Amino acid sequence: MSVTTTSHTPTLQERLRGKGGHADRSFRGVVYVSGFVVLAVLALIALTMFDKSRAALSHMGLDFFTSKRWNPPGEQYGVLSYIWGTVYTSVIALVLAVPVSLGIAIYITQVAPNWLRKVMTYVIDLLAVVPSVVFGLWGILVFAPHVLGFYKWLSRTFDGWPVLGNIFGPNPQGRTFFTAGIILAIMIIPIIVSISREVMETTPQTEKEAALGLGATKWEMITGAVLPHSRGGLVGAVMLGLGRAMGETIAVALVIGSATGQITLNALTSGNSMPAVITAEWGEADTLKKSALIAMAMTLFVMTIVVNMTATAVVNRSQKRMGVR
Amino acid sequence: MTSDTHLPDQEVTMTMDDAPAAGGAAPAAPAVFDLRSLEVYYGQFRAVRDVSMEINRQEITAFIGPSGCGKTTVLRSLNRMNDEVPSAKVGGLVLYHGADLYAPGVSVTEVRRRIGMVFQRPNPFPKSIYDNVAFGPRVNGIKSRSELDGIVEESLKGAALWDEVKDRLKSSALGMSGGQQQRLCIARAIAVKPDVILMDEPCSALDPIATARIEDLMQEIKSEYTIVIVTHNMQQAARVSDRVAFFTTEINPESDRRTGVMVEYDDTKKIFSNPSDERTEAYVTGRFG
Repeated sequence: MSVTTTSHTPTLQERLRGKGGHADRSFRGVVYVSGFVVLAVLALIALTMFDKSRAALSHMGLDFFTSKRWNPPGEQYGVLSYIWGTVYTSVIALVLAVPVSLGIAIYITQVAPNWLRKVMTYVIDLLAVVPSVVFGLWGILVFAPHVLGFYKWLSRTFDGWPVLGNIFGPNPQGRTFFTAGIILAIMIIPIIVSISREVMETTPQTEKEAALGLGATKWEMITGAVLPHSRGGLVGAVMLGLGRAMGETIAVALVIGSATGQITLNALTSGNSMPAVITAEWGEADTLKKSALIAMAMTLFVMTIVVNMTATAVVNRSQKRMGVR
Repeated sequence: MTSDTHLPDQEVTMTMDDAPAAGGAAPAAPAVFDLRSLEVYYGQFRAVRDVSMEINRQEITAFIGPSGCGKTTVLRSLNRMNDEVPSAKVGGLVLYHGADLYAPGVSVTEVRRRIGMVFQRPNPFPKSIYDNVAFGPRVNGIKSRSELDGIVEESLKGAALWDEVKDRLKSSALGMSGGQQQRLCIARAIAVKPDVILMDEPCSALDPIATARIEDLMQEIKSEYTIVIVTHNMQQAARVSDRVAFFTTEINPESDRRTGVMVEYDDTKKIFSNPSDERTEAYVTGRFG
């Protein structure tokens, strides 16, 4: 009846409590903090930008976004032409990069023999980590000088065509929207390929065999099974590429030609983009101009967020419709 | 022992000399497949050897046997699905209505349009029910909407699925239950109007009710198609099939690796009541090691 043993025998209830509770709790603490650091950094960036941009925004009002007149000596700060430059070069980059990237990813995952697949994957991943200034220097030293002949040919060939005639306008230059778009395309291809490849590789063998079992050719198997299965991830890959293109600074600054006030469909003319302007002009900026540059950064920030949210919405909708989730 | 696709000395015409002895009611059903000394290698590994059999038209032929005995490998060699495994090599002859499926110049897409397949796990595409069934006809070049509508309805009716899905043809196939998905895969397979349907353990991922529906369906469609089914479920083989091939593994004395062999191939009744080989008897009575 009375327990006289000196060592306490744990009850089942006590033994069920288990060990490692402390380690578990502290690990959870660490990852919680890490997670919240991300949110805190983002919030601080947003707050700082909002605060520092107020001077320029109240000085310019809505004209900040709707005017293309960027004239620091006259204290006129309108960023519309730089918004256009960012959007236009990014769109050119996407139009050039997406088909090539998907082609490479399909080739690597579905067509190439095993050894070549490994080599190509390695090379592509290597390309993804080349610093952007290298692309920029290559663009300004090698590409831009030699591409003028090609631009002249484009301009002549499409003269008078609807749309294409406007895009490849007269009197082309070497450092242009189009040059920036091409350099950006080269830069984002490895990113899009890398992600698309991984997404396509997740297509289950059974789904591919289902298509082949119905007498589909390899191409029909790819369009019928691989691409529908990877659609969401492919949109994500493209959006990541777009995000990089929109934010790319130094490579664009070197090859876009740094012309202000250019809002034109003519891709063979110089312009400028928001990140390029910020780097180029920050050094000699006074207080109001700094505020204007920060407001420009905030504009870019918001545009990037909108692009990302749109992409997420597109992916979610397509997945819901297909019942993937 | 050669893995060449041709055995030079064998003639490539159909022979009737080993017509089924049992029953004797109907005239011998003409063979759809005639396998002669079929063997399949994966790299250096010989997965199955020396399979010779005829598979009859409009019958259900079941392949049974323990895991690793090569029954799925043999099944997948009937529509050249083993081509998708890079290291696989097929030797011996697979004659389909007398034509050599592995002859040079044979197009695998042409083979697979005639010899369809239903897989172990339901594998609908992440598309709508309609687009799943229409996939095969579309790759066969049918574009007319009304014609496709007709094929989709007919195929879904053929797979006993029409009444359940006719109001939601545009919704995703992935929202269906596993049993419905598998019947959709059967509908998808019959939509290309194949001659043969190969089924690789089609019910192993399904519950007993869904399994019963698939088995009923097989009985309904066997008058139009030749069906070859691989199954681990001996009751299923006994219930649905007309003929059964029992496979097992043998250890190669020289390499200590297991190779699949076909032990016995006969009428289902005979296999389950009075098999000729004691290994078959051990397996079907559950005494298999």
